[in-house]
Amino acid sequence: MNILEVNGLVKHFPEVKAVDGVSFSIPAGSCFGLLGPNGAGKTTTIEVIEGIQKRTSGDILYKGARRGPSFRQEVGIQLQNTELPQFLTVRETLNFYRNLYDRRADLSWLIEICRLEEIMDRDNWKISGGQKQRLLLAIALANDPDLVFLDEPTTGLDPQARRHLWEIVRQIRIQGKTVVLTTHYMEEAQILCETIAIMDHGKIITMGEPEDLLAQYARGSTVVLRGLARDDALSGLQCSWDRLEDRVEIRTENVNECLRELIRNDVDLTAMTIRSQNLEDLFLMLTGHSLRG
Amino acid sequence: MLRRMWTIFVARNKEFYRDRASFGWSILFPFLVIIGFSFLFDQDRQAMYKVGLIGPSAQPERAARSPQYDDFRKTRFVEFVEFASADEALPKLLHHRIDMLVDPGAGEYWVSRSSPRGYVVEKLLSSSGSGSAQFKKREVEGIEIPYVEWMFPGILGMNMMFSALFGVGYVVVRYRKNGALKRLSVTPLSPFEFLTAQIISRMVILIATTSFVYAGCALMYRFECRGSYAALVFVFALGGFSMVALGLLIAARSASEEFAGGVLNILTWPMMFLSEVWFSLEGAKPWVKGLAKIFPLTHMVDCTRRIMNDGTPLSQMLPQVAVLAGSAVLFLALGSVLFQWQKK
Repeated sequence: MNILEVNGLVKHFPEVKAVDGVSFSIPAGSCFGLLGPNGAGKTTTIEVIEGIQKRTSGDILYKGARRGPSFRQEVGIQLQNTELPQFLTVRETLNFYRNLYDRRADLSWLIEICRLEEIMDRDNWKISGGQKQRLLLAIALANDPDLVFLDEPTTGLDPQARRHLWEIVRQIRIQGKTVVLTTHYMEEAQILCETIAIMDHGKIITMGEPEDLLAQYARGSTVVLRGLARDDALSGLQCSWDRLEDRVEIRTENVNECLRELIRNDVDLTAMTIRSQNLEDLFLMLTGHSLRG
Repeated sequence: MLRRMWTIFVARNKEFYRDRASFGWSILFPFLVIIGFSFLFDQDRQAMYKVGLIGPSAQPERAARSPQYDDFRKTRFVEFVEFASADEALPKLLHHRIDMLVDPGAGEYWVSRSSPRGYVVEKLLSSSGSGSAQFKKREVEGIEIPYVEWMFPGILGMNMMFSALFGVGYVVVRYRKNGALKRLSVTPLSPFEFLTAQIISRMVILIATTSFVYAGCALMYRFECRGSYAALVFVFALGGFSMVALGLLIAARSASEEFAGGVLNILTWPMMFLSEVWFSLEGAKPWVKGLAKIFPLTHMVDCTRRIMNDGTPLSQMLPQVAVLAGSAVLFLALGSVLFQWQKK
């Protein structure tokens, strides 16, 4: 059963079409990822679903019906940027948000799942960025929601804090909750989500399970060359390539043949790396520009 | 609904008293003003004075030729305000709206015993027209209000105004700017619940801090409230409510602290100077007096002075009470209609 269905969602601002006919459905208990660069329309899409912004057109069905008063009681939301009351402790902040709902998550469960034990009596202004993100995630779970929206929850975190947060999202999934996640980190989407939709310019350009998408569009490898000053050395190359900020990326399904061609062209391979193609390559192929561009 | 309002109310109160700088200032400020003023009056350092003149004979060309009076009228930094009769003017003297009253026709003057300003103006009068016949001093009859008691309701009112407008307006704008309101908007909390909790929280803070300052100053300066304490609390609460509602109206949409600060300053400065907090508008132009009447602070200060200084019952101040209640309802209704959780 789908917990959320979005059909032909459109959101226009006076000078921009932020969401342009987006449709998807999310089965209960799954993790759905909206992937795309800054400005792709991910946040606007989920803010319209959350009810923060009004839609221009389209349908949003929650548990098979239009969103009613129960929607706010049953969904948990972590926004991209939220300031917390400076002079409240973490414990008080959690209780503050719990008390705004009829259904409340058990406090000890929230503390345990979001690893807040050590900072419960600390003022909000004294906690680190990673701790704040964990607290915001706990706030999103304060009402023991059926559906959780996480808008770029790991942006700006160090790799360790990011991995901590991924583990928490996995724990949420184990509880049977549905997660909708926006991110521009490929790895994050690949690890956490069963289904991803890649957005650009307000449209979903492809959608599916990460493995299927990779098998469909990105079966080969990517050769990364750094320090290559001129493009003429790559002329006549049989595979497609892109010059990015500090490197050239060559996509190929036959690494051996590609390398032979590069050697024939007298390309310096000293700083070369080769990796399997991932979602970032897929995005580059589909849109022609980098995800973090 | 009540649990959500209680949650917001408690959180806001904690934020207030844990922010020690803000909390300390809202308590300390009125004390400092009162102490500063009493010190200044002890030192007789005031520079501007108001002298009431009785009758048509107040006009120099029509007055009995008195060298002392002619000389006194030439004194700089003294403003002369005319009254038709002594009956009209004497209450103004008792309430420190004027510093001295002179009847040029009768060659008499009245001055308040407790007023340091009156003392200075009396000296100016007696030193005018040296060698000529002197005006005769008359005793003031009726209850004379100590100057600090006249000033005190104004200081309390001003402190309430700043606390209400900045404490609510600024805070809501900051919540909107930093996304705290946006986060609350996706919970079951309604705007009505949020605004009501903000109002109740600030009202409790206002009444608590005002009561504390009142008690402290009453002990220090032996203040006397000649009217009903219940009426005094009612007027303070109603006036505070009106100004809290005004703060919410200003904060209804803006997400810019700079803009909100500008609007709040534009409102608070004229209110402070035209609501007779520091000096009376006796002798001011009619349009200035009319303008002062649009401010809730004017009516609150007027009512609290009449209760504290004269013991006037609430039933004799119904028009002012109606203005305070009406403005509170108007500001609150507009603020609620215009309120937005987030910047557009």
